[in-house]
Amino acid sequence: MYREGKIQVWQDYQKEIADNHYFYVRSCIRQNFFPGSEQTFLKIVRTELGKDIVENPHHTTCSGIGYHADIVPFDTIQTIVARQFALMTEAGYHNLAISCITSFGIYNEIIETWKEFPSELEKVRNCLKRATGREFEVPLNVAHAGDIIYKFRENIAARKKFSLINQHTGKPLKIVEHIGCHYSKMFPSKGVGGAEFPYVLAGMIESWGGEVIDYPERRHCCGFGFRQYLVMSNRGYSVSNSRKKFESMEPYKPDAIVSNCPGCPMFMDRWQYVIEEMEGKTYGENGQGIPVLTYEELAGLVLGYNPWDMGMQMHQTNVEPLLDKMGIHYDPDLKYAGKDGKLIGKPMMTGCGC
Amino acid sequence: MKHIVIIGGGIAGIETASALTDTGHWVTVIEKEAQVGGKLNNWSCLFPTFTPAEKIIDELQDKCRNKDFSILNKTEVRTIHRQNGKFSIETSNDHKLEADAIVVATGYELFDARRKEEYGYKIYDHVITSADLEELFKTGNDITVAEGKHPKRIAFVHCVGSRDEKSGNHYCSKVCCITSVKQAIELKKRLPEAEIYCFYMDLRMYGKHFEELYREAQEKYDIQFIRGRLSEASEKINKSLLIKSEDTLSGRPLKMNVDLLILLAGMEAGKGTAAASETCGIGCEESGFLKTTDSFLKSNFSEQEGIFLAGSCTAPMSVNDTILHARSAAMEVNGWLRSH
Repeated sequence: MYREGKIQVWQDYQKEIADNHYFYVRSCIRQNFFPGSEQTFLKIVRTELGKDIVENPHHTTCSGIGYHADIVPFDTIQTIVARQFALMTEAGYHNLAISCITSFGIYNEIIETWKEFPSELEKVRNCLKRATGREFEVPLNVAHAGDIIYKFRENIAARKKFSLINQHTGKPLKIVEHIGCHYSKMFPSKGVGGAEFPYVLAGMIESWGGEVIDYPERRHCCGFGFRQYLVMSNRGYSVSNSRKKFESMEPYKPDAIVSNCPGCPMFMDRWQYVIEEMEGKTYGENGQGIPVLTYEELAGLVLGYNPWDMGMQMHQTNVEPLLDKMGIHYDPDLKYAGKDGKLIGKPMMTGCGC
Repeated sequence: MKHIVIIGGGIAGIETASALTDTGHWVTVIEKEAQVGGKLNNWSCLFPTFTPAEKIIDELQDKCRNKDFSILNKTEVRTIHRQNGKFSIETSNDHKLEADAIVVATGYELFDARRKEEYGYKIYDHVITSADLEELFKTGNDITVAEGKHPKRIAFVHCVGSRDEKSGNHYCSKVCCITSVKQAIELKKRLPEAEIYCFYMDLRMYGKHFEELYREAQEKYDIQFIRGRLSEASEKINKSLLIKSEDTLSGRPLKMNVDLLILLAGMEAGKGTAAASETCGIGCEESGFLKTTDSFLKSNFSEQEGIFLAGSCTAPMSVNDTILHARSAAMEVNGWLRSH
């Protein structure tokens, strides 16, 4: 594999990422899946990078999942998105920072629609005005939150407490990067590195000392495809997709998987447990799973944040093998202790357990 | 004696120069490279007869040696001005020429297969183009892949950069289908044990003996043709390639491991033709190839009187078609000069 070829592709797909003053829009599902990730992002941006970022509690779901499930019509989602833009405009901001990949795709799809069909924009302006009395400007810069971490990856590297180096062997940790489909497959030019060889996560991994694994099913869906998991009878497809990826990455012996999407880390994390229960198969070392992280969690670990403060006890595939390799000290007894020291509850087998 | 300047010393340029010299005109060819023949110099042998490309190159060189026309090598046209019915031409080597007519024969460029990122050309070790393969044939080197072994399974991908929305080329490059058939047969002759698959959209066997060669490829050489376009290629840990496609005849998705992937890179108008369009003030089609006045009766006429077109600067063409188009350009130029 020739790295020069990839560098050429990466150079072809560079995007402008605003330097400061972000209006942050959260994901509607990430706080359930990986509850500390968004807070970690805000902490990094504000405390480590010293940037200005605001959010608004009146911000709602973008309704993207409903849209992709054919429940929310396009006119409706356009107006919902226009309302989010109105919140940004009212706050005096122009740079949108989006937590969710589905939302990132939705925002880009709608902005591009407005560019191609200005009459749609006018229609939505009227709808929003009539419904809420609000007005809005289209953002000047649209970045995924991962783009911002990518942009400042070297600043983070300069402040790092831990590297993506295996402390036992001294070698770079082998990391699988998984990009959410709606990050750049819809609009390759909107993603750092394009759609085929995205660089947004690879850049972080390399800057922080790790080695990126390029495996055959790298591009394949994680199993979060909306029609796979929204319909219960289709969920077998979801597990099958994840399994296909695990089987493909297994020969490379990855130390961790990192993703920039709400659903991908969730499914790649949870389905490893399911596959272990169904088939007794594990994909990591010593009968363990491969830890699956969000990029905020990975950045947080590099910066020395407490993994339990970042909510990493909520992972179904244990993250401890990665923490051990990175040389991160943690107190196993505090894994399920909340902020006030009160036990938040340990996972336990439900049902008969036979 | 009338003077004609020909821009481009490939097959079309030299063939036009030769024919115009035969009709008694004074001809100068401006060629940017050190040698004539264009991309044919990089080719091993030609479809459908497996004629060595050298044979055509030798013919062209013979014409250059034996006929009385001049060639300015390593030279490019800088400006062209028209005054009193004549063309004043300045070159990159500060030559100043006056011409009664100009023939543009700037040829084509190969599609840069890196633009089809999903196939991993110049990223994965064993993804090559049809032009790379032709060079391998030309050098006679052994064809090997990982650990110096011969490839056991080989796939060709047709229409790379042709008939493709993503690369912006909607047209057919015309020669890739038969090139694939030819190269697959050549590979099979060298590597009889190899399984060879060709992934195509349509097979356009338009020329004399093309269909017969396609049939022979299947019947005699057991080459498999699968109607389906590759969605992606990925490199495996052993450096073989996992390719994904759909067999659109059976309507089923298809996944296959191959040791070598060959991309049939299409033809594009290229920078030379774009520059000629600008310096000559003649228009291009949406495809980037030069616009002809009439595709039936005036396929050698540009929009500018006195500027003629020859060969694949007007559209993708085979070597055979290029030679014929060049000869017809010479006839048109001669006719036009005699009536002016």
